[in-house]
Amino acid sequence: MSNVIESIRVLLGGAPKRIAKKDLPEEVRELHAHKFADKERIEKIHIELAEKHANPPPERLRRKRWMVLIAVNLLFVLSYHLDIQLLEGALTASRFAGFHMADLNSALQVMLAFKHVVINLVIGTTTVFILWWLLGGRTFCSWVCPYHLVAEWAEMLHLKLVKKGWAKDIQFDRRSRTWLWLVFVILAIVTGYTVYESISPTGILSRALIYGPGVALIWVSLLLLFEIFFSRRAWCRYACPIGLTYGIVGATSPFTVHYKLPNCFHEGECRKVCLVPHVLDTVLKGKAKALEVDIGADCTRCLRCVDACPTGALTFKYKGLSS
Amino acid sequence: MSKKPQKRLTPKQRERRKFLRSIALTAGISGIALLGMVPVLGKWVQRIRPPGALKEEKFLAACIKCGQCVQVCPVEAIKLADMTDGLGVGVPHIEPREQACDFSCDGLQCVLACPTGALIHEISFESEVDMGVAKVVNPTKCLAVQGKGFKGLARGEDFKGKLRYAEIDRWNPIKLADHPYDLELCDLCVRQCPIELNIAKCAAEDAEQKQGKVDLVAVRQKNECAPKHAIELQNINGVMTPVILEGCVGCGVCEMVCPVEPAVIVMDSSESRANSEGMRIL
Repeated sequence: MSNVIESIRVLLGGAPKRIAKKDLPEEVRELHAHKFADKERIEKIHIELAEKHANPPPERLRRKRWMVLIAVNLLFVLSYHLDIQLLEGALTASRFAGFHMADLNSALQVMLAFKHVVINLVIGTTTVFILWWLLGGRTFCSWVCPYHLVAEWAEMLHLKLVKKGWAKDIQFDRRSRTWLWLVFVILAIVTGYTVYESISPTGILSRALIYGPGVALIWVSLLLLFEIFFSRRAWCRYACPIGLTYGIVGATSPFTVHYKLPNCFHEGECRKVCLVPHVLDTVLKGKAKALEVDIGADCTRCLRCVDACPTGALTFKYKGLSS
Repeated sequence: MSKKPQKRLTPKQRERRKFLRSIALTAGISGIALLGMVPVLGKWVQRIRPPGALKEEKFLAACIKCGQCVQVCPVEAIKLADMTDGLGVGVPHIEPREQACDFSCDGLQCVLACPTGALIHEISFESEVDMGVAKVVNPTKCLAVQGKGFKGLARGEDFKGKLRYAEIDRWNPIKLADHPYDLELCDLCVRQCPIELNIAKCAAEDAEQKQGKVDLVAVRQKNECAPKHAIELQNINGVMTPVILEGCVGCGVCEMVCPVEPAVIVMDSSESRANSEGMRIL
């Protein structure tokens, strides 16, 4: 339970808490102390990594994830255009084989603004809540949200430009996402309008894919340009209230990325690729509080760290299924 | 000219700057989102909303912007608004001159599809719809008023709009451009009015039943047959003039079929948008 609270605190923008060395369990302290004794092993890892950096292998899990993301969005598009009627609507609300689904953040905005909830919306919201609780919460972000995909492409460009010195990565306080979440909740209640929906890049992109492009795509492009030139993955990291909503859902999810301290040699490869590196605070030398740690709620389960880790210290697990 | 020496910031100063920057980011994004209020407060757009739409402010609050209503409409009358509509981005509307709602879905599919009740679920029949009301804005240009007939395609061969002609195909709407007319006196607006067609259909069923041609007519629900007429040509001082009656629901078919350019009849949704409960209580 204290893990869940800590995980939500970090999700809301707090800095990860660290424990004094002397308070760590004996076995963990032992590992931290002797990790670097095996010089030979570490030398090997470095050679492997140098090779990996020279010839980057395909990120298998990332490719799979992109395929799922594209497939889900394509299913929306084809359902409408080929009249398959399997997944009708858009990401904000839809019907899968006739069964109601509603995006949790959009549904929340509508409930607060309209101050009246029809039964279909209750069904849709509950279904989606259970679905994403089972699947990991922010899994929605990296496996379904179309903005996440274009932002990943923008990020690739951003990293190249940063290397050349043509772009920089201005960092913001992660609490800004929590403030924005609250701002949009309050605005929905006070104005009686779903204010956030008018700028939601997720909704705009989903509708553009299904119903055709519009002027609203200019806003999405501006966001991407900002991310490319000024701040890496700024929208997903510092702004998107949808991410926070799903993060809370995923705080107690059985599906997590799983860290094994004994396998970790603190190369830091995982944090380089991570959208939310604060959840990987535990991989820093001497920071792990236990031999095995579940990565926190803000994790989008994109699994890039699993691909990046040279020593298999990061895996994903489904509690109750895998041992 | 002296170069300003680059000041090194202490960690505390850096944290402070990051914090202020983040406040600015939050304020900026909130501000941009609030720009969406401008078109609403300024009442820039007066749209025709789909059948069952609550009055504008409630409608904008309740609509989840998913477009399921768009997907079920057989004549593709419903379009989603763009960012220029501010808070109305992704909200459905109808442009009747291009494609009116002709109720060819039989049973208001868009209402059934709506997951949030922005289109009121209590509505069942076209006669209960409250999208607006037709207005004859340019009577002197009306062919009927001029005593003229109409021959040919109502809106030309390039017009993409569709209508259901029950006598041709009960289930599938066809293009207006595939259905030429030859009328001695133009009465397209009355002839194609879905409410008038509904009344005529019910009357025909009643007549058949009276003659004993059908054994059993299904029990009709309230308002299944429109209780009031919507439009008729009235002889006013010897001139046949289209007159909008109480039963008009604002579907816009008369505006779409009117062969005069610009249309003699247009939809007015101001009363509906300001006060509609989503449906008319008949």
